Amino acid sequence: MKPTDTSDPDYFHKVVDCQWACPAHTPVPAYIRLIAQGRYSDAYMLNRESNVFPGVLGRVCDRPCEPACRRTRVEEEPVAICRLKRVAADHRDDITDRLPKKPAKTNGKKIALIGAGPASFTVANDLAPMGYECTIFEKFDKPGGLMRTNIPAFRLPENVLMEEIGYILDMGVDLKLGTPVNSMKELLKEDYDAVFVGTGAPKGKNLSLPGREEADANIHIGIEWLESVAFEHIDKIGKEVLIIGVGNTAMDCCRTSLRLGADSVKVMARKPRAFFKASPWELEDAEEENVDILVNHSPKAFVHENGKLTGMVFELMEYDVDENGKITDSRVTGEKTIACTDVILAIGQNNAFPWIEKDAGIEFDKWDVPVVDKVTFESSQKGVFFGGDAAFGPLNIIWAVRHGHEAAISIHKYCHGESLTQRRPDQLKLEPTKMGMFEWRYSNAFDDSERREMDHVALTERFSNLGTEVELGFSPEKIATEVQRCLNCDVQTVFDAPKCTECDACIDICPVECLSIVPNAEEPVLRDAVNATNPDQALYVSEDLPYTGRVMIKDEDVCLHCGLCAERCPTAAWDMQEGIITIPHADDQNALDKIFEAAE
Amino acid sequence: MPSFTKPKIHLKNEKKNDIGLIRADYDGVMSTLCAGCGHDSVTAAMARAFFELSIGPHKAVKVSGIGCSSKTTSYFMKEAHGNNTVHGRMPSVATGAMAANPHFTYIGVSGDGDSLSIGAGQLVHAMRRNINMLYMLENNGVYGLTKGQFSAAADLGSTAKKGEVNNLAPIDPCALALSVGATFVARSFSGDKEQLVPLIKAGLKHKGFALIDVISPCVSFNDHKGSTKSYEHTYKYYHKAVHADYVPPSAEIRASYDDGKTMPIELHDGGLINLRKLDSGYDPTDRASAFSKVLESQQTDEILTGLLYIDETTQDFATRKKLPGRGLNTYPYEELNPGADKMKDLMREFG
Ligand SMILES: Cc1cc2nc3c(=O)[nH]c(=O)nc-3n(C[C@H](O)[C@H](O)[C@H](O)COP(=O)(O)OP(=O)(O)OC[C@H]3O[C@@H](n4cnc5c(N)ncnc54)[C@H](O)[C@@H]3O)c2cc1C
Ligand SMILES: Cc1ncc(C[n+]2csc(CCOP(=O)(O)OP(=O)(O)O)c2C)c(N)n1
Ligand code: SF4
Ligand code: SF4
Ligand code: SF4
Ligand SMILES: [Mg+2]
Repeated sequence: MKPTDTSDPDYFHKVVDCQWACPAHTPVPAYIRLIAQGRYSDAYMLNRESNVFPGVLGRVCDRPCEPACRRTRVEEEPVAICRLKRVAADHRDDITDRLPKKPAKTNGKKIALIGAGPASFTVANDLAPMGYECTIFEKFDKPGGLMRTNIPAFRLPENVLMEEIGYILDMGVDLKLGTPVNSMKELLKEDYDAVFVGTGAPKGKNLSLPGREEADANIHIGIEWLESVAFEHIDKIGKEVLIIGVGNTAMDCCRTSLRLGADSVKVMARKPRAFFKASPWELEDAEEENVDILVNHSPKAFVHENGKLTGMVFELMEYDVDENGKITDSRVTGEKTIACTDVILAIGQNNAFPWIEKDAGIEFDKWDVPVVDKVTFESSQKGVFFGGDAAFGPLNIIWAVRHGHEAAISIHKYCHGESLTQRRPDQLKLEPTKMGMFEWRYSNAFDDSERREMDHVALTERFSNLGTEVELGFSPEKIATEVQRCLNCDVQTVFDAPKCTECDACIDICPVECLSIVPNAEEPVLRDAVNATNPDQALYVSEDLPYTGRVMIKDEDVCLHCGLCAERCPTAAWDMQEGIITIPHADDQNALDKIFEAAE
Repeated sequence: MPSFTKPKIHLKNEKKNDIGLIRADYDGVMSTLCAGCGHDSVTAAMARAFFELSIGPHKAVKVSGIGCSSKTTSYFMKEAHGNNTVHGRMPSVATGAMAANPHFTYIGVSGDGDSLSIGAGQLVHAMRRNINMLYMLENNGVYGLTKGQFSAAADLGSTAKKGEVNNLAPIDPCALALSVGATFVARSFSGDKEQLVPLIKAGLKHKGFALIDVISPCVSFNDHKGSTKSYEHTYKYYHKAVHADYVPPSAEIRASYDDGKTMPIELHDGGLINLRKLDSGYDPTDRASAFSKVLESQQTDEILTGLLYIDETTQDFATRKKLPGRGLNTYPYEELNPGADKMKDLMREFG
């Protein structure tokens, strides 16, 4: 194999599994170290740079980082990354004077942002401090998008959301509430330099089965129903509620029903548990509230008497599952009617743009989804950008944020007549962590503590008020323990082949035996030498070693970043260095010319 | 010494041996040796060999003398039995222990100082008695523990750290072993686990005395230019003559070795040691041939390694001396000690 090119920023970035998995590439281990030092405000600010809404995301992020977390290679549970983000938010001081200020003078460029969800707010957050005049149009009277209308307050308190939205508005962003954009063509006629569409995927899917129309009064579309609850148009529901679907929307619907007076709530799933779409923690939280989840029930018809819903008929399903967990066959084994007063449909959302005229210059594909460039987020109409759920269908908040950052870069370039595709690449900087012979500026000792559990408000108390936040946050003990579980994957093992005397000390000390010195060979042979069984994770291969011409190899998959190799190496051929990865933002694109010049 | 103890980690794809243990179950306490010491690498090789042979640590005995090398019995197989004896006296203690309980696996760990100076007499007699044990002689050419004086294994012309030249002829442990009837004689290098681990396994399974002279550089006192026991020198002049693999009792595996290129040696446990000759023209089962090969290599700079000699036919000490197979520790005190009257009778015989 060729020696590994560690100067490619992606190489070390991939080693930081959480950061790589995070759509916004939040530098998780770096902020966890700040929390460990009690520097909550610094941790908050570092978070905010990439994800803009640490307080919100510290509660309700979809947390793709956690299943990716390296910790799961050596035990069951990942680091409670999301909870620690909330710790930074909960314990921060007033950080308003550390935020970008409204610039004294604008740059004269006007940007229209449609929809006041996380995507538009991220674009505004990045562009307003640079002098752009950002105007957000929102059809509702309150900002926040689905974070406000659909994520229930018992998961995300309104004040937390409003505070973080407020930071952005204070940068001089003009928010026009109760102002739907009804015509794209009209908007394009106004003198905006660029338009950003962050209107989300607002249409809940319907389920057309017999009885649907007759019993309409007690059949609700999940996201519309949650929206009505959020705006207090609905404040009660019948005693027996069935939720159709088992995604995250279903979880919010069932838990909200319990708070609006339902005695019995059943979530009806068509398939077995392994196929549920909801995140494991959302399922857990719902089950803690005594929601029943019934598997293998496929909806067949609504039952009604005199136009009033009385129940629902389900087909009982049986599935054949192969060894890869895929369904190969299914059959109906019977039928069952379950009585209910209400049904909530939580089976998905779609994009919908009734306000974009067919001849507005924006191309849509056959599913009515706009054609949006995956890198620049520009639509087929120059100067019109899409992001968040509006771009590629429903995702989540952190993806909306990522889209927002990227769109902001594009808008900035567009307004300056620069090529949208010449974007500053990610950058990597390595900084030493060595403080003494066996001393590093990170806590390198492996801590075998188990993941700390979140404390919850007592069941009775939480049902009494729709807005009572269920999760209490981490106690000081939990914070202190959980931060130590992080392996500091960004403190990289950096190897300097000419220094190595092939003494094997590093190989022998490594607690996960991920190192070896072997004659160079093809990848499968080298992988076998260190039992590197995960093909998604890199195998590091050094330059030829001075004494024998063999190579040092390392399975990045299981490395604990404990630094024992570096502590044991007599020649400091292994070193532990913090890899700082800089993700481009709109405001650091100006140095671009220099970077491209240097590269030429 | 590192800032914290090596943790025991359970990986998702961790390998278990036949008795359900993982490699890390064969570790000991943290080494206090200098970072980069060859001895630590030999320790790791021993731990790996015991793991791969699925020998329960509670069924192994580690014995050693005095020296950095001798300290290393603490650094592997925490749960094994063991004794750090006085300087150079490990073979006597091993002999006694083996007589008391022959059912355990015995491994002795020593250095070139411990074995070739103060303990030379003990080593020689353990070899000629063919005590059933593996003796690891971790050879760095110096007394590491006492700060780097030349040992009896230092080569002519090799220099000390401060420049002093050694002008006394060295003792070659392998030549010594061959001359006093040792039945398993090998040389290896701490930097070559591919050779060393199989050798250790073969040595542990050999019935009789097995000596492995392992070049094991002392990073602190003998790893400089001018030293003939440095990493650089050893890698440069290292020469593999015979590779040995231990093959556990299993007919299928054995069949594939009957190809003429390799030489299988039957062991007492039904397994075999498979010799792969990398040098032609010499027979590792012929003592004279091995002896001349070792002497020849002394004339060159070449470091001759591998299983240099093996003899599975000579009976070990316990068999030859008809020691009871059940071990002396199973006899009640009264039987072991005939009493004062019997003693008097006996003394009278000599009188
Ligand atoms: C029930 C539910 C629970 C969820 N839970 C989570 C969770 O826990 N974690 C997570 O990460 N994600 C969650 N999501 C997904 C997440 O809320 C969305 O992915 C995210 O809010 C998308 O952001 P956005 O900015 O693209 O659009 P949205 O948040 O949808 O905001 C779009 C805004 O545009 C406005 N708008 C639409 N059309 C117009 C128009 N023509 N003129 C003016 N304004 C307009 C809308 O009123 C809305 O305010 C959940 C979604 C649902 C439905
Ligand atoms: C009776 C006695 N004499 C001398 C010593 C001092 N002494 C300690 S270790 C050692 C030599 C060890 O050399 P070696 O066996 O090669 O071990 P190394 O440290 O090189 O591994 C000596 C002479 C001693 N401990 N006891
Ligand atoms: S251990 Fe820490 S740095 Fe590593 S993936 Fe998990 S959270 Fe990220
Ligand atoms: S400990 Fe250092 S010198 Fe020894 S093999 Fe490892 S990297 Fe090379
Ligand atoms: S002094 Fe030499 S032999 Fe002793 S521990 Fe240090 S390097 Fe090893
Ligand atoms: Mg020595």
